Amino acid sequence: MEILSRADLLAPVRAMLTSFSERSGFDEIETGHLALAVDEALANVIRHGYDSRPDGRIWISTYLIEEPERRIRIEIEDEGRQTDPDQIVSRDLADVRPGGLGVHLMRNVTDTCEFERRMPGGMRLVLEKTIRREEDHPSDQNHAGTPENGSQ
Amino acid sequence: MSSGNEMEIQVENRDDAVLVTPIGEVDLARSPVLRSRLKEILSASPARLVVDLSQVPYMDSSGVATLVEALQQSRARDCSLFLVGLQDRVRSVFEIARLDTVFTITSDTTSALDT
Repeated sequence: MEILSRADLLAPVRAMLTSFSERSGFDEIETGHLALAVDEALANVIRHGYDSRPDGRIWISTYLIEEPERRIRIEIEDEGRQTDPDQIVSRDLADVRPGGLGVHLMRNVTDTCEFERRMPGGMRLVLEKTIRREEDHPSDQNHAGTPENGSQ
Repeated sequence: MSSGNEMEIQVENRDDAVLVTPIGEVDLARSPVLRSRLKEILSASPARLVVDLSQVPYMDSSGVATLVEALQQSRARDCSLFLVGLQDRVRSVFEIARLDTVFTITSDTTSALDT
């Protein structure tokens, strides 16, 4: 799907993704985490890639992959400002201040979060999240999304 | 019912405390509305600010940043800030950001107002 770089379009994208995720077998918490990751990714494109301009174009592709593990793959592409992928890192969380949490959240709730420059311009992000089997978390009542209980 | 960038935010004054209840999802489109409202309330330097999130089913990092900003402003004004009623999905975001121990989080407004 293609959307414009408008913050008011984030909610309908979340709704679409939530439906796709639930029908693919993710539970409520995993679905919430996937929607959060995509939301943060799109917010970054809007704010940093397009400097909050509302007319930038963003493409979102969603795939359900069965092998070797059942997982959802989401690719987000834009034509905005390019950034060195190596510079897109989580910040020190001990420094309590507003902002800068998006990348940390994205990396924490997905199994794959890879940025790359897109040719001829813009950025491309690949997010992947594996659907956890029931035996992986039979008694997991606190899905905080930490690395320990993330999907592997 | 709120839609688009609009957001319903209920505000109730109780003695020296202010109870703020945002209703709906808080994302990049709506967090500026919440930020503006909280800033306005804190400018009056209440002794206590209680933010009831029981009617917020979703919050992204812009919403969290808004509350971190409010926390900093409240500390500067010697105001106690409480978050109450976090739904699981919202609490999860605070835990991943390791902010669940930075904020004073309680389960209901009564305990936050009476603490």
